[in-house]
Amino acid sequence: MNLTQLGKGVTARVLRVDPLGPADAIAQRLLDLGFVTGEPVRCVALAPFGGDPLLVQIGFTRFALRRAEAARVQIEMAP
Amino acid sequence: MKPLDIALVGNPNCGKTALFNLLTGSRQKVANYAGVTVERKEGQFFLDKRSVRVLDLPGAYSLNANSPDEAITRNICLGTHDYGFHPDILVCVVDATNLRLHLRFVLELKALGKPMLVALNMMDAAGKRGIVIDTAKLEQALGVPVVETVAVASHGADALKQALSEGALPLPSLDMPMVEHDSHQQVRQILADAVSMPRTTAAFDDAVDRWLLHPVFGLLALVSVLSFMFQPVYDWAAPFQDGISNSVAWVSGQAGQWVPQGVLLSLLQNGIFAGLGTVLEFLPQILILFAFILALEETGYLPRAAFLLDRLMFACGLTGRSFIPLLSSYACAIPGIMATRSIQDPRDRLATIMVAPLTTCSARLPVYTLLIGAFIPAQKVFGVFNMQGLVLFGLYVFGIVSVFGVAWVMKRFNRNDSDHALLLELPSYRVPNARDLLIGLWDRMRIFLRRVGGIIFTLTVLLWFLSSYPAAPEGFTGPAIDYSFAGRIGHFLAPLFAPIGFNWQIVVALIPGMAAREVAVSGLATVYALSGDDGGISQLGGILASQWSLATALSVLTWYVFAPQCISTIATIKRETNSWKYTGIAVFYLFGLAYLFSLLVYQLAMALA
Repeated sequence: MNLTQLGKGVTARVLRVDPLGPADAIAQRLLDLGFVTGEPVRCVALAPFGGDPLLVQIGFTRFALRRAEAARVQIEMAP
Repeated sequence: MKPLDIALVGNPNCGKTALFNLLTGSRQKVANYAGVTVERKEGQFFLDKRSVRVLDLPGAYSLNANSPDEAITRNICLGTHDYGFHPDILVCVVDATNLRLHLRFVLELKALGKPMLVALNMMDAAGKRGIVIDTAKLEQALGVPVVETVAVASHGADALKQALSEGALPLPSLDMPMVEHDSHQQVRQILADAVSMPRTTAAFDDAVDRWLLHPVFGLLALVSVLSFMFQPVYDWAAPFQDGISNSVAWVSGQAGQWVPQGVLLSLLQNGIFAGLGTVLEFLPQILILFAFILALEETGYLPRAAFLLDRLMFACGLTGRSFIPLLSSYACAIPGIMATRSIQDPRDRLATIMVAPLTTCSARLPVYTLLIGAFIPAQKVFGVFNMQGLVLFGLYVFGIVSVFGVAWVMKRFNRNDSDHALLLELPSYRVPNARDLLIGLWDRMRIFLRRVGGIIFTLTVLLWFLSSYPAAPEGFTGPAIDYSFAGRIGHFLAPLFAPIGFNWQIVVALIPGMAAREVAVSGLATVYALSGDDGGISQLGGILASQWSLATALSVLTWYVFAPQCISTIATIKRETNSWKYTGIAVFYLFGLAYLFSLLVYQLAMALA
């Protein structure tokens, strides 16, 4: 499953970031921001008008990601 | 002794600029990096007798640059470009409450092998949250010197100054190879060894965000913040504006006592002092609005507003990040267009620049006020609303709708539909710091006066010339401006404007009105042979009401919703896009829409009358 499928208030772990194409700057940036394997990630809030963008907590930081960005992040539910 | 050059580098929101302000105070120079529209902030301070030059680099998450700002930071850190500054030391600023993100960038910078030290900033906020950092362990783990700083406290940079004055720094040891995943692993290890954190988020942020980011209450809060903000902008500014215009009028009157009647006096009074008055009168509103925007920015609320509105703005071809520049454009489109530099995606930035002139800037108000006062009855509607207020509100709504409409159409034309990135960090809430607010305000005022002041001033003098020469001969009946170049241009263009209901007087007044929208008001006073002072303008409403039809008045109001009657804005678009093509497109579409909608409104009003 990917990050867009994580409900509000739920915590999961990052599996990997799937780049769209060979030079995907957004995927590279997601890695730099800390979306790396094993990192806990939580969906903090959903924006009005259809829950896009979503606000996620990674490490100690909150980022607003559009669904297209969040869809690159594959996650697994924490055991 | 040779001056020491240091560069402050760090993630966005690490308090880097606050630290820069603390170190350099008012000894700052703000300019652009050569060839790009990225702000360059350089300052200076002294360590004993040695001068230290400080460059405040644009915030960056990584050396894998994603925007022109980040590219500058990368180039200076790598030394691949010089921009006239080769830092002796990189001062890497990190937020002590956000080390998971910021230490990774430290490791990336350390791998460059240059002399550097880490400023562990916001130690006060970390203390309040119960975060305990073992600085010695952190220093050991990172392999570079670490000093604690509190950018908002008056002695908060003492440890940093002390470290800088101790002389040469050891080069970081490059014992560990750097691989993407390793750097994250290494940060986790360092945090486990050197930092103890009761919880990963600030409890205050969680509690406040639950409400301010709520889909319903969050939007309500946003609307209240904005309406609370705009009210004082107009109320508080009015006495200052009156004071300024009275002072300029007084000086202008004094000139009349000392300078003999003639060309020189006319140039002084109608050219130079008129231009000065126009420029200065904008300042109070712009400064008050900017004070609010800066305060909101410092608290961390503005990115939250961007988060709430992103979906809506994205649907129209903009981005949540467009919110701040467009908000600034309500004071004046020029600083608004310059604020688009914070938008990383070039397509989003261009779209925001193109629509910014459609926001109802403060220079439109004098025109709106004059015409609404003259043509719209002050009667109550539904017992509560004032008809005049409703029309003014309608003009604002018209402006907002056109911003979104135009952005939406531009989006249809854009063939490049690869993903637009948002990736927006929502920082912790902070109490705004007076020093940072004042320095920020001072910067914007300087930029405004330099960019706008020069152009409006020059144009007012040029247009004074066009409206005064050639001088009307003896026995010429009618206003003198009618005989001048401006009058002739006006008469020449008049047939073009006849279908939208403009008479030649309006067309003539539009010409000096290119300097700034509100100049059209004194322009109209001149064409109707009134004095351009307050007394003249108060009679103007009555004259217009007797000479224009309601259809013409509505058509002029509509014209001012769209028309780019402001050469400074056009010049700023050219400067910021660095493209004559886009500047041309902007001017063409804005005049085009102005004509089209005025035509529609005029013809409709005539048909209904």
